[in-house]
Amino acid sequence: MNAYFDMPSDLQHSYLGLIGLHLREALLPVLFGLVVALPVAQLCVRFKWLYSPVLWVTTVLYAIPSLAFFVVLIDYTGATETTVMIPLTVYSLVLLVPAIVDGVRSVSPDTMAAATAMGFGPVQRYLKVQLPIAVPAIFAGLRLAAVSSISLVSVGTLIGNQGALGNLLADGQFYHRTPLIVTSVVTTALLAILVDGLLVLIQTLLTPWAPRGGKSAGKGAGKSGRPSLLRRRTTSAAREPEPAAARAALEDAVR
Amino acid sequence: MIQIDSVTKRYPDGTVAVDELSLEIPDGSITVLVGPSGCGKTTTLRMINRMVELTGGRILLDGADIHAQPVNALRRSMGYVIQNAGLFQHRTIVDNIATVPRMLGWDRDRARKRARDLMDRVGLDASLAKRYPYQLSGGQQQRVGVARALAADPPVLLMDEPFSAVDPIVRKVLQAELLRIQAELGKTIVFVTHDIDEAIKLGDMVAVLRTGGKLAQYAPPDELLSAPADAFVEDFLGTDRGIRRLSFFTSAGLELTTAPIIAVDSSAAQVAERTKASGAPYLLLTDTDGKPLGWTGPAAAAKGGAALSVAELLPHGRPFVFGKESLRDALDCAVLSPTGWAVAVDDGGRVVGVTSQTTIAEAIRGAHAERGAAGSPSASAKAAAAEAAAVDPAIAESKAAESKAV
Repeated sequence: MNAYFDMPSDLQHSYLGLIGLHLREALLPVLFGLVVALPVAQLCVRFKWLYSPVLWVTTVLYAIPSLAFFVVLIDYTGATETTVMIPLTVYSLVLLVPAIVDGVRSVSPDTMAAATAMGFGPVQRYLKVQLPIAVPAIFAGLRLAAVSSISLVSVGTLIGNQGALGNLLADGQFYHRTPLIVTSVVTTALLAILVDGLLVLIQTLLTPWAPRGGKSAGKGAGKSGRPSLLRRRTTSAAREPEPAAARAALEDAVR
Repeated sequence: MIQIDSVTKRYPDGTVAVDELSLEIPDGSITVLVGPSGCGKTTTLRMINRMVELTGGRILLDGADIHAQPVNALRRSMGYVIQNAGLFQHRTIVDNIATVPRMLGWDRDRARKRARDLMDRVGLDASLAKRYPYQLSGGQQQRVGVARALAADPPVLLMDEPFSAVDPIVRKVLQAELLRIQAELGKTIVFVTHDIDEAIKLGDMVAVLRTGGKLAQYAPPDELLSAPADAFVEDFLGTDRGIRRLSFFTSAGLELTTAPIIAVDSSAAQVAERTKASGAPYLLLTDTDGKPLGWTGPAAAAKGGAALSVAELLPHGRPFVFGKESLRDALDCAVLSPTGWAVAVDDGGRVVGVTSQTTIAEAIRGAHAERGAAGSPSASAKAAAAEAAAVDPAIAESKAAESKAV
């Protein structure tokens, strides 16, 4: 077993320490991303013309390689966790903003009219009606963002010791210790699956009102939740092999 | 009283949805706005609670301009019911109903108690309180919508095609329930529909609007049917308005005869005597309790008493409740009866007499003469109709089916 879990000293972390660092670097950006995405999405709902330029900008930002971000950021934030987390935060927006916008827009016009007619002001209506009903859609976005972020953290290796499990992968290659590579890849995949499961659990607890199982679905209620579940399945399957892709990138970088 | 005073809604692009509309909506009654799509009926309704802002004229609520108070306070003083109920899918039924009381600052327990009282009032089983909207049928959701609108006991209820999205049987039940609730609560209800039958059934006053938001006629339904203002209204009412108007004439004055009625345990001599006395080709056989069993055919009557067998009887059709149901119901019974005679029963379903199509036709002529062209609808006839609908076994059955469909 030690071949798998004996961490090279240059990582400066135990196995569990690496996992902690990895989760922190992956999930804090998603949290920050959510904090930024909520008001941005609300603006997009309020001013419809804003949505497509915002979508365009987030997509372009997503297309910028993290290496390019690092080159710029390293002058300001140094070779730190922050430098890794800023691009990850930016990347999460491309998933979170549309998820929230779609979720809030999925609230039926009847429900909105009823809320207005009952004397909800715009703020109350947003907080007490639109946002709660958008929860399934928001969670679909959160799950994608979290899983993608977990696989992306590895790129922190590019700026030194900030790649957590990604550094373990790089060390495995550097020292020709294949078991370490296996540990890194399998652990990353497991983290993604566990975090995804945890988010599903939280969502279930938050939305006792959403139709589940094969029962006749309520109008609108299921619309946001159900297709996203299907989408999740396929993406999480697609995400798991990602560390392999990251490894290819790392090999390029090492050369 | 809601006074709509030369109200116009003109959109920035120049479209006029409502054009110089004036209506006085009396307190404690149902006023229906009806018309084809694009006639501005929903727009008019939404201008009352300012979900649409008028661009000309004014609307007064009990003499005060609706702009005199904050918009959300105005809206909370008016219940609002819409087509697909528009329930909050993330809240339980009881919390949906308690929404407005909670916004008005009631504590949670009081608001929920009020919500449960209202569930009872609109005919929702208490066991549904903790369910979520997706677990309810369309008809039940609509009941929740009505209960939610009534929660803070607003004097005004605005209803925008509330029953259009449910199936016809459930719609009939909900309409009867609305009339029942209205008889108890006496709200000022403004009701929008595109269905003229619904308008005539529910409205104390009916405003017919034409495309472009112009008022075509504003009258009680009886008057609408007897004296449509113009070709548009006449066309909109459909072809059988004469028959439909009979709904507003009570059957109470109808002349009945008891001569052809005979109990099942009568002797042969009695039957022969009855046949002779009534001069009718048919006898109505009743059970010992006085409930109708059916008509004896001419052959049976000719043969005399011994041949009175229940198996050979002709069906008596649906009887009408004498004095409660209208001349329209009586005529319907007579038309559908194989003998051409209608059977009148009391509340308990016991026969009080029979009447022929000829007699009903005379009664109709008499009622028309008495009422004239511009008669006013009798509120009691409407209430009686509501009551009759409530006890109609077919409707009770469909209601049971509806609640079973959960």
